[in-house]
Amino acid sequence: MGKTVPETIRHLIIVFGVLAVMMSIAAGLIWVERRLLGFWQDRYGPNRVGPFGILQPLADMIKVFAKEDWVPPFADRPVFILAPAIIVVTVLLAFAVVPFAPSISVADLNVGLLYFLALSSLGVYSVALGGWASDNKYALIGALRASAQMISYEVFMGLSLMGVVMLAGSFNLRAIVEAQRRLWFVVPQFFGFVIFLIAGVAETHRLPFDLPEAESELVAGFHSEYSGMKFGLFFVGEYLGITLISALIATFFFGGWLGPLLPPAVWFFIKTFFFIGVFILLRATLPRPRYDQLIRLGWKVMLPLALANLVVTGGIILAAG
Amino acid sequence: MEGVFYMAAAVAVISTALVIVQMNVVHALLYLILSLLSAAVIFVTLGAPFVAALEVIIYAGAIMILFVFVIMMLNLGTQSAGMERQWMRAGMWAGPAVLALLLLADVIYMLAVSPRVSGYAAKAAGPREVGIALFGPYLIGVELASVLLLAGLVGSFHLGRSVRQRLPEEGEAGGGEGD
Repeated sequence: MGKTVPETIRHLIIVFGVLAVMMSIAAGLIWVERRLLGFWQDRYGPNRVGPFGILQPLADMIKVFAKEDWVPPFADRPVFILAPAIIVVTVLLAFAVVPFAPSISVADLNVGLLYFLALSSLGVYSVALGGWASDNKYALIGALRASAQMISYEVFMGLSLMGVVMLAGSFNLRAIVEAQRRLWFVVPQFFGFVIFLIAGVAETHRLPFDLPEAESELVAGFHSEYSGMKFGLFFVGEYLGITLISALIATFFFGGWLGPLLPPAVWFFIKTFFFIGVFILLRATLPRPRYDQLIRLGWKVMLPLALANLVVTGGIILAAG
Repeated sequence: MEGVFYMAAAVAVISTALVIVQMNVVHALLYLILSLLSAAVIFVTLGAPFVAALEVIIYAGAIMILFVFVIMMLNLGTQSAGMERQWMRAGMWAGPAVLALLLLADVIYMLAVSPRVSGYAAKAAGPREVGIALFGPYLIGVELASVLLLAGLVGSFHLGRSVRQRLPEEGEAGGGEGD
């Protein structure tokens, strides 16, 4: 509408570029994660396929695509098929508002931050419905755990970001990055950052918060009945989720693309990959808590902390005028 | 934008109708979620992106997932679908259909009588405008809603607490006297 042809082409290139980059990062993370886990746990990790095992994702992909795509006869067929797609679609849609560089973002929404929260709250359906549709008690328990966990941690995930919104005076992600020119928000919003990081780990249900798929208790949790490419979608969705949360931590608290010398997009990816590394380090080192400990931590520690952070930030901004 | 509006409206109407006629409870809930999402799209086309985001976060994201959660716990199988089918006899439709038709006639009459006004807002109502409205002229409504929520919170806290208090007593008395 009212755009010139080169502008439209540029926009399309950004859209497909973001899509391609995100999908390749998600695939590459399969290798990165297993190598880093090996490094931190003093073992090798995959090192057979290609130099340093770098072609491992390719081998994994061939395996996943070649597997029989099976739907259990007792499953609720339409919902069973729909569930894995939801997680990938919601996470990919959320990437639309991430500003990779001053001029590179798919959509410059004024309610960008809320848009991300909305899509992350829709992502819960993937796990909940996947577990329910499998008609398997382990899957159902995993799905129940996942939905309770994600609803709980979503509440203060939103609250932890409101301090950032107050400081920046906008829900627009680009404006939030611009507001950090003088000082990264991680300094005034340190508690907000810690809460968002923990909530992010819980939202992507990664270890130590991977109770929905705890293999020592629940076989494979909500995706017990999934195989082939449908399982692959859950897998890709998880890696995309990690990338999204890391990119958003960089955007909200570490000045997004801002940085000296290097081009903006490079800074953005350096920061994002640093937090992806933190995610993997958490998995490599921390044990899993009990489920009631997880929920108690959420409601009794994180929620009051998020509210206190909000009150103090608001008070200081009000006092400073 | 007008085309988007009519498409979203059509999706909303069709999915809401499917909520009513679906026999499987979870499928009905999925259509309800779809209906809420299309309502969010309608809000965007009418120039209220903030309200649209809240609609998705609160209704589609939080409240509906609780519905799904409860239905999952009840684990209603094919039995309940059969029961639904029994209840959905043709006779059941007469009463609601008459009432709905009356409402439809009202709407058509009002649309025909009222002067044609464009429904599209001149400018989008962002978070700032919504906030000023909520804490300005509608402050009493906000406060009343918060009182209602507080009552709900106290109530659920009480219900959750009484169960926990009774359990150790039963263990000690070895059979529970009742209270």
